[in-house]
Amino acid sequence: MVEYIVFLTINVGLYSIFALGLNLQWGICGLINFGLVAFMILGSYATVLLSLKGVPIIIAVAIGALLAALLGLLIGLSTLRLREDYLSIVTIGGAETLRLIVQNEQGLTKGTFGIQSFPLPFSQWEPNLFLKLILIAILTLLAVFCIAKIVKSVQKNLRNKLSASRRRLYLAVMGVLGVILTLLIYINGVLAVSDYSYKVGLMILELSVLALIYLGLEFLINSPWGRVLKAIREDEEVAKALGKNVFIYKLQAFLIGGAIAGIAGSFFAWQLTAIYPSNFDSLVTFNAWIIVVLGGAGSNVGTILGSVIFWLYESATRFLPTIGFLSESQVGALRVMLIGLILIVLMMSRPQGLLGKGEELTLDR
Amino acid sequence: MDESLLLATGLSKSFGGIKAVNNASIEVKTNSITGLIGPNGAGKTTLFNLISRFIEPDQGQVTFAGKSLDQLQSHQVSRSGCVRTFQVAKVLSRLSVMENMLLAAPKQLGEDFLQVWFKRDEIRRQERENKEQAMRILEDIGLASKVNDYAGILSGGQRKLLEIGRALMSSPKLILLDEPAAGVNPTLIAQISEHIIRWNSQGISFLIVEHNMDVIMSLCDYVWVMAEGTNLADGKPAEIQNNSKVLEAYLGGPDE
Repeated sequence: MVEYIVFLTINVGLYSIFALGLNLQWGICGLINFGLVAFMILGSYATVLLSLKGVPIIIAVAIGALLAALLGLLIGLSTLRLREDYLSIVTIGGAETLRLIVQNEQGLTKGTFGIQSFPLPFSQWEPNLFLKLILIAILTLLAVFCIAKIVKSVQKNLRNKLSASRRRLYLAVMGVLGVILTLLIYINGVLAVSDYSYKVGLMILELSVLALIYLGLEFLINSPWGRVLKAIREDEEVAKALGKNVFIYKLQAFLIGGAIAGIAGSFFAWQLTAIYPSNFDSLVTFNAWIIVVLGGAGSNVGTILGSVIFWLYESATRFLPTIGFLSESQVGALRVMLIGLILIVLMMSRPQGLLGKGEELTLDR
Repeated sequence: MDESLLLATGLSKSFGGIKAVNNASIEVKTNSITGLIGPNGAGKTTLFNLISRFIEPDQGQVTFAGKSLDQLQSHQVSRSGCVRTFQVAKVLSRLSVMENMLLAAPKQLGEDFLQVWFKRDEIRRQERENKEQAMRILEDIGLASKVNDYAGILSGGQRKLLEIGRALMSSPKLILLDEPAAGVNPTLIAQISEHIIRWNSQGISFLIVEHNMDVIMSLCDYVWVMAEGTNLADGKPAEIQNNSKVLEAYLGGPDE
């Protein structure tokens, strides 16, 4: 069970990072990117192939992120001047093209055989008691940061008399659940550290990276730079009329979001420990979309929460009992139906997403 | 007073076979309030789009404050001090009124992706100053009480006001106003007119497209008339009012 929760936490973390990239592009800047997985492919394969050649892992990740950003530059330069619907078509086409190249290229990416036994961070590492204590300290730091953040934002909302009492109650409940969940992951993490395996190191590394990316993005989107991005999302003509170089800002959002998705790709590869082109079909992109929409577009906390919920129902429905008259494959199909149903119910009750602002839906109507 | 701030000559633009603007010219003198009128479809808004370079002209030149705008992109035109508004007021709905205003402030260090990380103190100071400036303008136009509301909840008239306030926030030399009185109640129209006169006295020039003749005649120092994409007449408001060609264009010719 401890191991399974570690596995889940890594998935939550890497999808959080991945979806945070999309949230910057779409939630903040309004760019419809249906090809996010392309950036992940570059991040994954670059990290894995370079580290197989003996490049230190951290540099391999950096190069992967850089390549993903370059792909963003390439797609961006050619399509960001188009209207948003064209952008979405080009990105989905670009991602599929890249996946097919990876699938058919034999020399470098080994086609459908995929790539196995590549270096993993911390895999040769046997921490002694002291190092384990440091790992626990990092985990504690992350948990405290997370809980402090939740408590602070709930407090702020309770003090805000303007928001409806129902919304305040809702956020309080979400806050309590968030704290419980954080504690659960934390305690499980501590238990896992005492019985160290490769995945524990990966989890702590990943959560730390997630925290850094989150802080960076929060800083950015609350800065004047982020304000321009939001303005472009609302109406790019206004941004233009007020002297903002819309194209450059879109390109920046696309590059940064892409690089973040590339970093998520590295963790994806390390989580899988063997990568195949089929790991990167467009469903991965749409999972990120589900996460962002579920959490509330434009909200980084919401995106992370969306990722948590996504994996909670993913794993909850995985353990459906095989009811007498249903075969195993039928249960599998039922699971997908249930996931769809959960999504529909969530979207009907909170169309703005879990942490989105409901009053935004009533504007301009 | 007689110096030319904006001078557009020989502007033309066709969409397919339709000549929306055909060899049109316009001049705005420094520190003036200039009007631009004409029947629907005369090409007034297209002319605005050409001047602000939201649309590239097929032909013609525009100079602003002694510099040619012909090679510039629309955001550069705005930065040079020639700021436009829109016929249907465009506000950034899911941003607050204050954020709408702050966006317009010129030369913000914090809008540069690299500077934003390293010059935090300076950026904070800039933000504070810009907020004070925005608050002054909002108080001026009577939107101070809405400062933290979403711009999307504003009424049509308030949106017009916010749009004008936002244009002011960018410290422009010239504001291109596209129908500031359309869909606005008479009391508010009077207020907007008063504001325009006062801002003008502070050194900001205006080029105003408007159908409300009272507004045009009472505000403007000089009026240009367009019809069917080209210049019909220009002169002082009193001259325009008595110009037979203008009356014909508005009321229809004798043989129609």
